[in-house]
Amino acid sequence: MRRLLNVKPRGGVLLFLSVLPFLALALVYVMASEARHAINPSDKILPTLEAFARAINIMALQVDQQRGEILLWMDTQASLFRLGVALGLSMLITLVLGLLLGLLPALRALAGPIVTAIAMAPPIALLPILFILLGLGETAKIALIMIGVIPCMVRDLTAHVRSIPEELLIKAQTLGANTWHILTRIALPQSLPRLIDILRLQLGPAWVFLIAAEAIASDVGLGYRIFLVRRYLSMDIILPYVVWIALLAVTLDFLLAQVNRSAFGWAHPKGAR
Amino acid sequence: MDALKLTQVWVEYGSKIVLERVNLAVSPGSFVSIVGPSGAGKTTLLRLLLGQEAPTRGKAMLFGEKLRDEPGPDRGVVFQRYSIFPHMNVRENVLFGLECKGSPVFGHLGGKKRRAALDEVDAMLASVGLKDARKLYPAQLSGGMQQRVAIAQALIMKPKVLLLDEPFGALDPGVRADMHVLITDIWRTNGLTIFMVTHDIKEAFALGTRVIALDKARHDAQAPNRYGATIVYDVKLDRKANAVPPPEIEAMAAGA
Repeated sequence: MRRLLNVKPRGGVLLFLSVLPFLALALVYVMASEARHAINPSDKILPTLEAFARAINIMALQVDQQRGEILLWMDTQASLFRLGVALGLSMLITLVLGLLLGLLPALRALAGPIVTAIAMAPPIALLPILFILLGLGETAKIALIMIGVIPCMVRDLTAHVRSIPEELLIKAQTLGANTWHILTRIALPQSLPRLIDILRLQLGPAWVFLIAAEAIASDVGLGYRIFLVRRYLSMDIILPYVVWIALLAVTLDFLLAQVNRSAFGWAHPKGAR
Repeated sequence: MDALKLTQVWVEYGSKIVLERVNLAVSPGSFVSIVGPSGAGKTTLLRLLLGQEAPTRGKAMLFGEKLRDEPGPDRGVVFQRYSIFPHMNVRENVLFGLECKGSPVFGHLGGKKRRAALDEVDAMLASVGLKDARKLYPAQLSGGMQQRVAIAQALIMKPKVLLLDEPFGALDPGVRADMHVLITDIWRTNGLTIFMVTHDIKEAFALGTRVIALDKARHDAQAPNRYGATIVYDVKLDRKANAVPPPEIEAMAAGA
């Protein structure tokens, strides 16, 4: 008998094992749903598959009477816009701060402690402040996501820049490089693959902050919709929305991983995974 | 004029004394091998020459001028590892120094200047035997080839002094022998002054025109950091004629 840690599934077995938990989950759900409906045909907590189909049809395929648009599409657009702007700005700010803090000890002495302190304040607790200062519009929601993810991203990138071997920085100096050269030609390119990985790690928290901001004050968005229909116990809408959000998040993560791999081949040598 | 002159140099970290009473005068064109047991300050001496470390006491002069306390293009360096930039291919690695020199603001050369620089780079790469590896990234190169890139990268700046920190320590014996031929050739043709830290006593005597051994001359068992290392052997060699280490240095290295 081989040791369990040496048993490596391949091909069809691998595929089967990956799909199995999804199938099991679906089966358990259908059975539980049928059991509930056998007792109470108008049960709303675990809707049947037909109820899902009806809800998805209304939300994702039909134009809404009041808003004049397809709701799922409208919500997705609004949420992805907020997420995209927030994460784009966060990346830029992280890049600038991370490079400077990682490379310049004097700046690190100045700004390091305050970045750490800000990172410790729970962003959701700052949400009321943001709504008071920035109003209830897009700005406050985008700001919440940024405040939520930037401190972690900056700290991570700073640590990455600091982990560039000292030998490389010395070598660059013996080649006549000044601080600016080292920043732009050594530290920046070596930070980009890491920046994308950091972004991938922060996608989860970013969605949390987005949904939270939308739940509290909004009139459109995936988080808004979920919290709106919660009042009517509309699990037939909530569950598909949650699956859709998860799908969006997974796709985003996958795309970023692909970008990282294809754009920075030097950081991913073949065989070194 | 001496290429390097150290007068009563001490290097201390707080209460820890690493080097003490180091006196050394090296004439231009020397190939100085630095040997000694681990923790005897070989690397500290090299860091001092690089400008990463300033002497706590004493005077360090390079070609008659006070040694700057920052690395600069007058002193090239090759480390055992992490000597080349992983995100640049071979050609870009060697070009980098010329770009820094030619473009203080952008660190990029364009047009005619770039073509001229690339010609220079290609000639340099050919001279270290890397003509066919120009487009490869460091991760695709063997250890020996990586060190060739590192040497080419340093040489293109035409430094007066080349500092080698166990440059061949991680290489296979065969590759190491090739690198010995290469570095000897480069040293002769460019009239360089070379300082090489090495663990390998045979290598030190095979390559050097002068071998310096660092060790603690005094020792206090209760306070091991109280005394620093200094130059305990200083052997000038007529290269090739006298390439065998004397027994006392072999014994010291064996104890290392």
